[in-house]
Amino acid sequence: MSGHTDMVLVDENGLRIDGRTAEQHRPFKIEAGVLNNADGSAYVEIGKNKVLAAVYGPRECHPRHLQDPTKAIVQCKYNMQSFSVSDRKRPGPDRRSIEISKIISEALEKVVLTELYPRASIDVYIEILQANAGTRCAGLTAASVALADAGIPMRDIVPALACGKADGHVLLDLNKEEDNYGQADVPIAIIPSTDEIVLLQMDGNMTREEFDRGIKMAVAGCHELHELQKDALKRRYSKKAQEGN
Amino acid sequence: MTEIMSEIKRDHMMKLIAEGKRLDGRGLTDVRNIEVLTDVIESADGSARVKLGKTEVIAGVKIIPGTPFPDTPNIGVLTTGAELIPMAHPTFEAGPPGEDAIELARVVDRGIRESGMVDVEALCIVPGEEVWMCFVDIYALDYDGNLFDAANLAAVCALKSATIPGEQYGKGENKPLPITCLPISITEVKVGNDLIVDPNFDEEQISTARLTVTTDDNGNFRAMQKGGRGSITLDELSLCLDRAVEKGAEIRKIIG
Repeated sequence: MSGHTDMVLVDENGLRIDGRTAEQHRPFKIEAGVLNNADGSAYVEIGKNKVLAAVYGPRECHPRHLQDPTKAIVQCKYNMQSFSVSDRKRPGPDRRSIEISKIISEALEKVVLTELYPRASIDVYIEILQANAGTRCAGLTAASVALADAGIPMRDIVPALACGKADGHVLLDLNKEEDNYGQADVPIAIIPSTDEIVLLQMDGNMTREEFDRGIKMAVAGCHELHELQKDALKRRYSKKAQEGN
Repeated sequence: MTEIMSEIKRDHMMKLIAEGKRLDGRGLTDVRNIEVLTDVIESADGSARVKLGKTEVIAGVKIIPGTPFPDTPNIGVLTTGAELIPMAHPTFEAGPPGEDAIELARVVDRGIRESGMVDVEALCIVPGEEVWMCFVDIYALDYDGNLFDAANLAAVCALKSATIPGEQYGKGENKPLPITCLPISITEVKVGNDLIVDPNFDEEQISTARLTVTTDDNGNFRAMQKGGRGSITLDELSLCLDRAVEKGAEIRKIIG
Protein backbone atom coordinates (compact mmCIF):
# COMPACT_ATOMS: atom_id res chain seq x y z
CA MET A 1 0.00 0.00 0.00
CA SER A 2 2.88 2.34 0.75
CA GLY A 3 5.29 1.27 -2.00
CA HIS A 4 6.08 3.22 -5.15
CA THR A 5 6.58 1.85 -8.62
CA ASP A 6 6.78 3.03 -12.20
CA MET A 7 4.89 -0.11 -13.21
CA VAL A 8 1.60 0.57 -15.00
CA LEU A 9 -0.97 -1.42 -13.01
CA VAL A 10 -3.97 -0.56 -15.20
CA ASP A 11 -3.28 0.24 -18.88
CA GLU A 12 -5.12 2.62 -21.19
CA ASN A 13 -7.57 -0.15 -22.18
CA GLY A 14 -8.48 -0.69 -18.54
CA LEU A 15 -6.60 -4.01 -18.40
CA ARG A 16 -4.51 -5.08 -15.42
CA ILE A 17 -1.02 -6.64 -15.46
CA ASP A 18 -2.51 -10.14 -15.34
CA GLY A 19 -4.90 -9.29 -18.21
CA ARG A 20 -8.03 -8.91 -16.05
CA THR A 21 -10.59 -6.13 -16.27
CA ALA A 22 -11.38 -4.09 -13.15
CA GLU A 23 -14.36 -6.27 -12.23
CA GLN A 24 -12.76 -9.65 -12.90
CA HIS A 25 -11.48 -11.87 -10.11
CA ARG A 26 -8.54 -14.27 -10.40
CA PRO A 27 -9.23 -17.95 -11.17
CA PHE A 28 -10.77 -19.78 -8.20
CA LYS A 29 -10.24 -23.43 -7.30
CA ILE A 30 -11.87 -25.11 -4.30
CA GLU A 31 -11.60 -28.73 -3.12
CA ALA A 32 -13.33 -30.10 -0.02
CA GLY A 33 -12.09 -33.02 2.07
CA VAL A 34 -8.39 -33.04 1.23
CA LEU A 35 -6.91 -34.29 4.53
CA ASN A 36 -7.42 -37.57 6.40
CA ASN A 37 -7.01 -36.75 10.08
CA ALA A 38 -8.99 -33.53 10.26
CA ASP A 39 -12.76 -33.71 10.81
CA GLY A 40 -13.13 -31.42 7.81
CA SER A 41 -10.74 -29.79 5.39
CA ALA A 42 -10.51 -27.72 2.23
CA TYR A 43 -7.97 -26.49 -0.28
CA VAL A 44 -8.45 -23.13 -2.00
CA GLU A 45 -6.59 -21.31 -4.73
CA ILE A 46 -7.36 -17.69 -5.57
CA GLY A 47 -4.92 -16.83 -8.33
CA LYS A 48 -1.48 -17.68 -6.96
CA ASN A 49 -2.69 -17.98 -3.37
CA LYS A 50 -2.63 -21.59 -2.17
CA VAL A 51 -4.36 -22.21 1.13
CA LEU A 52 -5.27 -25.24 3.25
CA ALA A 53 -7.85 -25.20 6.03
CA ALA A 54 -8.60 -27.94 8.54
CA VAL A 55 -11.27 -28.22 11.23
CA TYR A 56 -11.17 -30.26 14.44
CA GLY A 57 -14.19 -30.41 16.68
CA PRO A 58 -16.47 -29.75 18.35
CA ARG A 59 -14.04 -31.01 20.99
CA GLU A 60 -13.00 -30.19 24.52
CA CYS A 61 -11.96 -26.57 24.82
CA HIS A 62 -8.35 -25.79 25.66
CA PRO A 63 -7.31 -23.64 27.44
CA ARG A 64 -10.26 -24.41 29.73
CA HIS A 65 -10.73 -20.86 31.01
CA LEU A 66 -11.96 -19.97 27.51
CA GLN A 67 -14.88 -22.40 27.82
CA ASP A 68 -18.31 -20.82 27.48
CA PRO A 69 -21.04 -22.69 29.40
CA THR A 70 -23.69 -21.47 26.94
CA LYS A 71 -22.04 -22.19 23.59
CA ALA A 72 -19.00 -23.40 21.69
CA ILE A 73 -16.19 -21.07 20.76
CA VAL A 74 -14.50 -20.94 17.37
CA GLN A 75 -10.72 -20.75 17.64
CA CYS A 76 -8.99 -20.00 14.38
CA LYS A 77 -5.23 -20.07 13.89
CA TYR A 78 -4.00 -18.42 10.69
CA ASN A 79 -0.40 -19.23 9.86
CA MET A 80 1.86 -18.34 6.95
CA GLN A 81 4.38 -21.01 6.10
CA SER A 82 7.98 -19.82 5.98
CA PHE A 83 8.31 -20.38 2.22
CA SER A 84 4.95 -18.80 1.30
CA VAL A 85 6.44 -15.36 0.53
CA SER A 86 9.47 -14.21 -1.46
CA ASP A 87 11.63 -13.50 1.60
CA ARG A 88 11.56 -16.30 4.16
CA LYS A 89 8.92 -15.60 6.80
CA ARG A 90 10.08 -16.23 10.34
CA PRO A 91 7.99 -19.16 11.58
CA GLY A 92 5.49 -18.64 14.38
CA PRO A 93 2.74 -16.18 15.18
CA ASP A 94 3.34 -12.46 14.64
CA ARG A 95 1.08 -9.48 15.30
CA ARG A 96 -0.45 -9.63 11.83
CA SER A 97 -1.39 -13.30 12.05
CA ILE A 98 -2.81 -12.87 15.57
CA GLU A 99 -5.08 -10.07 14.32
CA ILE A 100 -6.19 -12.09 11.28
CA SER A 101 -6.87 -15.17 13.43
CA LYS A 102 -9.07 -13.04 15.69
CA ILE A 103 -11.19 -11.45 12.96
CA ILE A 104 -11.63 -14.77 11.11
CA SER A 105 -12.74 -16.48 14.35
CA GLU A 106 -15.29 -13.70 14.91
CA ALA A 107 -16.57 -13.93 11.33
CA LEU A 108 -17.07 -17.70 11.60
CA GLU A 109 -18.77 -17.52 15.00
CA LYS A 110 -21.60 -15.59 13.39
CA VAL A 111 -22.48 -18.49 11.07
CA VAL A 112 -21.66 -21.57 13.16
CA LEU A 113 -24.55 -22.74 15.39
CA THR A 114 -22.32 -22.53 18.46
CA GLU A 115 -25.27 -22.78 20.84
CA LEU A 116 -25.53 -26.50 20.00
CA TYR A 117 -22.19 -27.29 21.64
CA PRO A 118 -21.84 -25.66 25.07
CA ARG A 119 -18.29 -25.64 26.52
CA ALA A 120 -16.79 -27.05 23.33
CA SER A 121 -14.21 -25.61 20.99
CA ILE A 122 -14.29 -25.74 17.23
CA ASP A 123 -10.69 -25.39 16.10
CA VAL A 124 -9.93 -24.05 12.64
CA TYR A 125 -6.41 -24.13 11.24
CA ILE A 126 -5.54 -22.07 8.18
CA GLU A 127 -2.15 -22.61 6.58
CA ILE A 128 -0.98 -20.30 3.82
CA LEU A 129 1.20 -22.38 1.50
CA GLN A 130 1.73 -19.59 -1.01
CA ALA A 131 0.76 -15.94 -0.63
CA ASN A 132 -0.06 -13.47 -3.38
CA ALA A 133 -2.32 -10.83 -1.77
CA GLY A 134 -5.70 -11.83 -0.39
CA THR A 135 -4.62 -14.68 1.89
CA ARG A 136 -7.05 -13.81 4.69
CA CYS A 137 -9.94 -13.98 2.18
CA ALA A 138 -8.71 -17.26 0.69
CA GLY A 139 -8.19 -18.59 4.23
CA LEU A 140 -11.69 -17.69 5.41
CA THR A 141 -13.22 -19.06 2.20
CA ALA A 142 -11.37 -22.34 2.78
CA ALA A 143 -12.22 -22.42 6.49
CA SER A 144 -15.97 -22.21 5.91
CA VAL A 145 -15.84 -25.07 3.38
CA ALA A 146 -13.80 -27.10 5.87
CA LEU A 147 -16.40 -26.42 8.60
CA ALA A 148 -19.18 -27.65 6.31
CA ASP A 149 -17.05 -30.68 5.37
CA ALA A 150 -16.70 -31.44 9.08
CA GLY A 151 -20.51 -31.57 9.30
CA ILE A 152 -20.73 -28.62 11.68
CA PRO A 153 -24.18 -26.99 11.55
CA MET A 154 -23.98 -23.52 10.03
CA ARG A 155 -26.37 -20.78 8.97
CA ASP A 156 -24.51 -20.35 5.69
CA ILE A 157 -21.12 -20.79 4.07
CA VAL A 158 -19.02 -17.63 4.12
CA PRO A 159 -17.08 -16.45 1.07
CA ALA A 160 -14.51 -13.65 1.34
CA LEU A 161 -12.95 -11.47 -1.33
CA ALA A 162 -11.22 -8.09 -1.49
CA CYS A 163 -11.74 -5.00 -3.54
CA GLY A 164 -9.34 -2.09 -3.64
CA LYS A 165 -7.79 0.66 -5.67
CA ALA A 166 -4.69 0.86 -7.85
CA ASP A 167 -3.59 3.49 -10.36
CA GLY A 168 -6.76 5.34 -9.32
CA HIS A 169 -9.05 2.51 -10.53
CA VAL A 170 -11.41 0.62 -8.25
CA LEU A 171 -10.57 -3.08 -8.71
CA LEU A 172 -11.84 -6.48 -7.61
CA ASP A 173 -9.52 -9.03 -5.98
CA LEU A 174 -6.11 -7.29 -5.93
CA ASN A 175 -3.02 -9.27 -6.87
CA LYS A 176 0.33 -8.79 -5.15
CA GLU A 177 1.55 -5.90 -7.30
CA GLU A 178 -1.77 -4.06 -6.99
CA ASP A 179 -1.75 -4.62 -3.24
CA ASN A 180 1.87 -3.44 -2.81
CA TYR A 181 1.73 -0.41 -5.06
CA GLY A 182 -1.99 0.41 -5.03
CA GLN A 183 -3.92 2.93 -2.94
CA ALA A 184 -6.41 0.81 -1.00
CA ASP A 185 -7.29 -2.74 0.03
CA VAL A 186 -10.71 -3.75 1.40
CA PRO A 187 -11.16 -7.43 2.32
CA ILE A 188 -14.77 -8.38 3.09
CA ALA A 189 -16.71 -11.54 3.92
CA ILE A 190 -20.48 -11.88 3.69
CA ILE A 191 -23.32 -14.22 4.57
CA PRO A 192 -24.55 -14.86 0.99
CA SER A 193 -28.21 -15.47 1.88
CA THR A 194 -28.60 -12.04 3.49
CA ASP A 195 -25.57 -10.04 2.25
CA GLU A 196 -24.69 -9.26 5.88
CA ILE A 197 -21.03 -8.39 6.42
CA VAL A 198 -19.11 -10.57 8.89
CA LEU A 199 -15.59 -9.36 8.09
CA LEU A 200 -14.54 -5.94 6.88
CA GLN A 201 -11.21 -4.18 6.93
CA MET A 202 -9.89 -1.29 4.94
CA ASP A 203 -6.63 0.53 4.58
CA GLY A 204 -5.52 3.13 2.09
CA ASN A 205 -7.39 6.07 0.68
CA MET A 206 -10.87 5.93 -0.83
CA THR A 207 -13.68 8.38 -1.38
CA ARG A 208 -17.22 7.40 -0.48
CA GLU A 209 -18.11 6.86 -4.13
CA GLU A 210 -15.07 4.61 -4.72
CA PHE A 211 -15.76 2.64 -1.58
CA ASP A 212 -19.42 2.04 -2.48
CA ARG A 213 -18.42 0.89 -5.98
CA GLY A 214 -15.76 -1.44 -4.54
CA ILE A 215 -18.13 -3.02 -2.01
CA LYS A 216 -20.67 -3.72 -4.75
CA MET A 217 -18.01 -5.52 -6.80
CA ALA A 218 -16.76 -7.47 -3.80
CA VAL A 219 -20.26 -8.61 -2.82
CA ALA A 220 -20.89 -9.80 -6.40
CA GLY A 221 -17.51 -11.60 -6.37
CA CYS A 222 -18.37 -13.24 -3.04
CA HIS A 223 -21.56 -14.66 -4.56
CA GLU A 224 -19.57 -16.23 -7.41
CA LEU A 225 -17.12 -17.69 -4.92
CA HIS A 226 -20.02 -19.04 -2.88
CA GLU A 227 -21.29 -21.05 -5.88
CA LEU A 228 -17.88 -22.73 -6.14
CA GLN A 229 -17.86 -23.45 -2.39
CA LYS A 230 -21.18 -25.27 -2.71
CA ASP A 231 -19.99 -27.07 -5.82
CA ALA A 232 -16.86 -28.31 -4.03
CA LEU A 233 -18.98 -29.74 -1.20
CA LYS A 234 -21.37 -31.41 -3.65
CA ARG A 235 -18.46 -33.06 -5.47
CA ARG A 236 -17.02 -34.20 -2.15
CA TYR A 237 -20.26 -35.81 -1.02
CA SER A 238 -21.21 -37.40 -4.35
CA LYS A 239 -17.80 -39.09 -4.23
CA LYS A 240 -18.37 -40.18 -0.63
CA ALA A 241 -21.79 -41.57 -1.59
CA GLN A 242 -20.28 -43.63 -4.42
CA GLU A 243 -17.69 -45.03 -2.06
CA GLY A 244 -20.51 -46.07 0.23
CA ASN A 245 -19.49 -43.99 3.26
CA MET B 1 -13.06 -7.94 28.41
CA THR B 2 -16.36 -9.52 29.39
CA GLU B 3 -18.17 -9.28 32.64
CA ILE B 4 -21.45 -10.68 33.85
CA MET B 5 -24.35 -8.24 33.54
CA SER B 6 -27.76 -8.62 35.13
CA GLU B 7 -30.56 -9.40 32.71
CA ILE B 8 -32.72 -6.58 34.04
CA LYS B 9 -30.02 -4.03 33.27
CA ARG B 10 -29.37 -5.53 29.85
CA ASP B 11 -33.06 -5.51 28.95
CA HIS B 12 -33.43 -1.94 30.20
CA MET B 13 -30.47 -0.73 28.13
CA MET B 14 -31.70 -2.58 25.04
CA LYS B 15 -35.17 -1.10 25.43
CA LEU B 16 -33.81 2.43 25.83
CA ILE B 17 -31.60 2.11 22.77
CA ALA B 18 -34.51 0.82 20.70
CA GLU B 19 -36.27 4.07 21.70
CA GLY B 20 -33.26 6.15 20.65
CA LYS B 21 -32.06 6.77 24.22
CA ARG B 22 -29.07 5.67 26.29
CA LEU B 23 -28.62 4.93 29.98
CA ASP B 24 -26.14 7.80 30.41
CA GLY B 25 -28.54 10.27 28.78
CA ARG B 26 -26.79 10.51 25.43
CA GLY B 27 -28.47 10.25 22.03
CA LEU B 28 -27.41 7.34 19.81
CA THR B 29 -24.83 9.39 17.91
CA ASP B 30 -23.42 11.50 20.76
CA VAL B 31 -19.72 11.22 21.55
CA ARG B 32 -18.77 11.53 25.24
CA ASN B 33 -16.88 14.53 26.53
CA ILE B 34 -13.29 14.72 25.25
CA GLU B 35 -10.41 16.10 27.32
CA VAL B 36 -6.92 16.29 25.88
CA LEU B 37 -3.73 17.23 27.71
CA THR B 38 -0.55 17.29 25.65
CA ASP B 39 3.14 17.46 26.70
CA VAL B 40 2.39 15.74 29.99
CA ILE B 41 5.60 13.67 30.03
CA GLU B 42 8.93 15.52 29.75
CA SER B 43 10.96 12.36 29.07
CA ALA B 44 8.89 11.62 25.95
CA ASP B 45 9.35 13.47 22.65
CA GLY B 46 5.58 13.89 22.46
CA SER B 47 2.76 12.83 24.76
CA ALA B 48 -0.95 13.13 25.36
CA ARG B 49 -3.35 12.06 28.04
CA VAL B 50 -6.88 11.74 26.73
CA LYS B 51 -10.19 11.25 28.47
CA LEU B 52 -13.17 10.07 26.48
CA GLY B 53 -15.93 10.10 29.05
CA LYS B 54 -14.57 7.86 31.82
CA THR B 55 -12.16 6.05 29.52
CA GLU B 56 -8.62 7.34 29.97
CA VAL B 57 -5.58 6.63 27.84
CA ILE B 58 -2.00 7.93 27.71
CA ALA B 59 0.21 7.89 24.63
CA GLY B 60 3.88 8.74 24.41
CA VAL B 61 6.18 9.16 21.41
CA LYS B 62 9.88 8.33 21.38
CA ILE B 63 11.91 9.38 18.36
CA ILE B 64 15.40 7.92 17.96
CA PRO B 65 17.90 7.58 15.09
CA GLY B 66 18.11 4.11 13.55
CA THR B 67 18.74 2.09 10.41
CA PRO B 68 16.02 2.19 7.70
CA PHE B 69 14.39 -0.94 6.31
CA PRO B 70 16.34 -2.14 3.23
CA ASP B 71 13.30 -1.78 0.92
CA THR B 72 12.61 1.83 2.04
CA PRO B 73 16.14 3.27 2.53
CA ASN B 74 15.07 6.96 2.57
CA ILE B 75 11.92 6.67 4.66
CA GLY B 76 11.55 6.98 8.40
CA VAL B 77 10.04 4.26 10.56
CA LEU B 78 6.73 4.58 12.39
CA THR B 79 5.37 1.92 14.74
CA THR B 80 2.44 1.87 17.13
CA GLY B 81 2.00 -0.37 20.15
CA ALA B 82 -0.72 -0.67 22.76
CA GLU B 83 -0.95 -2.30 26.14
CA LEU B 84 -4.04 -3.11 28.17
CA ILE B 85 -2.43 -2.98 31.60
CA PRO B 86 -4.12 -4.55 34.68
CA MET B 87 -4.44 -1.10 36.29
CA ALA B 88 -7.07 -0.08 33.74
CA HIS B 89 -9.66 -2.80 34.33
CA PRO B 90 -10.15 -5.94 36.46
CA THR B 91 -10.36 -8.09 33.31
CA PHE B 92 -6.99 -6.93 31.93
CA GLU B 93 -4.10 -9.24 32.69
CA ALA B 94 -0.37 -8.65 33.04
CA GLY B 95 1.97 -10.01 30.41
CA PRO B 96 2.74 -9.51 26.74
CA PRO B 97 0.00 -7.91 24.59
CA GLY B 98 -2.88 -10.29 23.85
CA GLU B 99 -5.04 -10.33 20.75
CA ASP B 100 -7.23 -7.42 21.92
CA ALA B 101 -4.22 -5.17 22.49
CA ILE B 102 -2.65 -6.22 19.19
CA GLU B 103 -5.86 -5.51 17.26
CA LEU B 104 -6.18 -2.12 19.00
CA ALA B 105 -2.61 -1.14 18.14
CA ARG B 106 -2.89 -2.30 14.55
CA VAL B 107 -6.15 -0.44 13.91
CA VAL B 108 -4.71 2.80 15.34
CA ASP B 109 -1.47 2.20 13.42
CA ARG B 110 -3.39 1.71 10.16
CA GLY B 111 -5.24 5.01 10.51
CA ILE B 112 -2.03 6.95 11.21
CA ARG B 113 0.02 5.16 8.57
CA GLU B 114 -2.50 5.10 5.73
CA SER B 115 -3.55 8.73 6.21
CA GLY B 116 0.10 9.77 5.82
CA MET B 117 -0.32 11.82 9.01
CA VAL B 118 3.42 11.80 9.66
CA ASP B 119 5.52 12.79 6.65
CA VAL B 120 7.87 9.80 6.93
CA GLU B 121 9.92 10.90 3.93
CA ALA B 122 11.01 13.96 5.91
CA LEU B 123 12.42 11.65 8.62
CA CYS B 124 15.48 10.68 6.57
CA ILE B 125 18.82 11.74 8.12
CA VAL B 126 21.40 10.09 5.82
CA PRO B 127 19.77 8.34 2.80
CA GLY B 128 20.18 4.57 3.01
CA GLU B 129 21.95 4.78 6.36
CA GLU B 130 20.09 6.63 9.06
CA VAL B 131 16.47 7.69 9.58
CA TRP B 132 14.37 8.84 12.54
CA MET B 133 12.37 6.01 14.06
CA CYS B 134 9.16 7.10 15.65
CA PHE B 135 7.60 4.82 18.28
CA VAL B 136 4.09 5.55 19.54
CA ASP B 137 3.09 3.58 22.63
CA ILE B 138 -0.40 3.68 24.04
CA TYR B 139 -1.43 2.56 27.52
CA ALA B 140 -5.00 2.23 28.73
CA LEU B 141 -5.28 3.77 32.22
CA ASP B 142 -8.99 3.53 32.96
CA TYR B 143 -11.30 1.52 30.73
CA ASP B 144 -14.95 2.41 30.20
CA GLY B 145 -15.43 1.35 26.60
CA ASN B 146 -14.29 2.48 23.16
CA LEU B 147 -10.56 2.16 23.56
CA PHE B 148 -10.21 2.39 19.78
CA ASP B 149 -11.22 6.04 19.54
CA ALA B 150 -9.54 7.03 22.81
CA ALA B 151 -6.28 5.39 21.72
CA ASN B 152 -6.51 6.98 18.27
CA LEU B 153 -7.04 10.43 19.80
CA ALA B 154 -4.16 9.99 22.25
CA ALA B 155 -1.77 8.76 19.55
CA VAL B 156 -2.75 11.55 17.14
CA CYS B 157 -2.43 14.27 19.80
CA ALA B 158 0.90 12.89 21.03
CA LEU B 159 2.31 12.85 17.48
CA LYS B 160 0.95 16.32 16.78
CA SER B 161 2.81 17.70 19.78
CA ALA B 162 6.03 15.72 19.17
CA THR B 163 9.49 17.17 18.59
CA ILE B 164 12.35 15.47 16.72
CA PRO B 165 15.17 15.54 19.31
CA GLY B 166 18.00 16.48 16.91
CA GLU B 167 20.17 18.11 19.58
CA GLN B 168 20.06 15.13 21.92
CA TYR B 169 21.67 12.92 19.27
CA GLY B 170 23.86 15.55 17.55
CA LYS B 171 21.69 15.41 14.42
CA GLY B 172 20.89 19.09 13.96
CA GLU B 173 18.33 21.29 15.64
CA ASN B 174 15.21 20.19 17.42
CA LYS B 175 12.19 20.58 15.16
CA PRO B 176 8.52 19.65 15.23
CA LEU B 177 7.57 16.25 13.82
CA PRO B 178 6.19 16.95 10.30
CA ILE B 179 2.40 16.43 10.38
CA THR B 180 0.18 16.52 7.27
CA CYS B 181 -3.33 15.74 8.54
CA LEU B 182 -5.35 14.44 11.50
CA PRO B 183 -6.82 10.94 11.10
CA ILE B 184 -9.86 10.55 13.34
CA SER B 185 -11.55 7.23 14.05
CA ILE B 186 -15.21 6.80 14.93
CA THR B 187 -16.31 3.53 16.48
CA GLU B 188 -19.89 2.30 16.54
CA VAL B 189 -21.38 -0.88 17.93
CA LYS B 190 -24.57 -2.68 17.05
CA VAL B 191 -27.07 -3.21 19.86
CA GLY B 192 -30.24 -4.95 18.76
CA ASN B 193 -30.97 -3.34 15.42
CA ASP B 194 -29.38 0.00 16.25
CA LEU B 195 -25.92 1.44 15.87
CA ILE B 196 -24.57 3.61 18.66
CA VAL B 197 -21.54 5.89 18.49
CA ASP B 198 -18.77 5.82 21.12
CA PRO B 199 -20.03 2.91 23.29
CA ASN B 200 -19.19 2.78 26.98
CA PHE B 201 -18.24 -0.47 28.71
CA ASP B 202 -21.78 -1.64 29.45
CA GLU B 203 -22.90 -0.87 25.92
CA GLU B 204 -19.98 -2.87 24.53
CA GLN B 205 -21.07 -5.81 26.68
CA ILE B 206 -24.52 -5.96 25.08
CA SER B 207 -23.31 -5.29 21.53
CA THR B 208 -22.88 -7.86 18.78
CA ALA B 209 -20.69 -6.14 16.20
CA ARG B 210 -18.27 -3.22 16.14
CA LEU B 211 -17.10 -1.01 13.29
CA THR B 212 -14.26 1.51 13.44
CA VAL B 213 -13.90 3.94 10.54
CA THR B 214 -10.97 6.36 10.24
CA THR B 215 -11.25 9.43 8.01
CA ASP B 216 -8.75 12.10 6.95
CA ASP B 217 -9.13 15.92 6.77
CA ASN B 218 -10.99 15.58 3.44
CA GLY B 219 -13.49 13.07 4.80
CA ASN B 220 -11.95 10.25 2.76
CA PHE B 221 -11.70 6.77 4.27
CA ARG B 222 -8.25 5.67 5.43
CA ALA B 223 -8.88 2.63 7.62
CA MET B 224 -11.73 0.41 8.75
CA GLN B 225 -12.06 -2.58 11.01
CA LYS B 226 -15.12 -4.64 11.74
CA GLY B 227 -14.96 -6.59 14.98
CA GLY B 228 -17.22 -8.67 17.15
CA ARG B 229 -19.14 -11.84 16.56
CA GLY B 230 -22.17 -10.23 14.93
CA SER B 231 -22.78 -8.95 11.43
CA ILE B 232 -23.69 -5.62 9.87
CA THR B 233 -25.90 -5.06 6.85
CA LEU B 234 -24.89 -2.97 3.86
CA ASP B 235 -27.37 -0.27 4.92
CA GLU B 236 -25.88 -0.19 8.42
CA LEU B 237 -22.41 0.09 6.90
CA SER B 238 -23.56 3.06 4.85
CA LEU B 239 -24.96 4.76 7.96
CA CYS B 240 -21.68 4.18 9.83
CA LEU B 241 -19.70 5.76 7.01
CA ASP B 242 -21.92 8.87 7.00
CA ARG B 243 -21.56 9.23 10.76
CA ALA B 244 -17.78 8.66 10.68
CA VAL B 245 -17.36 11.59 8.29
CA GLU B 246 -19.70 13.87 10.25
CA LYS B 247 -18.45 13.02 13.76
CA GLY B 248 -14.83 12.89 12.59
CA ALA B 249 -15.07 16.48 11.38
CA GLU B 250 -16.56 17.55 14.75
CA ILE B 251 -13.75 15.91 16.73
CA ARG B 252 -11.09 17.29 14.40
CA LYS B 253 -12.35 20.77 15.30
CA ILE B 254 -12.06 20.01 19.04
CA ILE B 255 -8.45 18.81 18.89
CA GLY B 256 -7.31 20.81 15.82
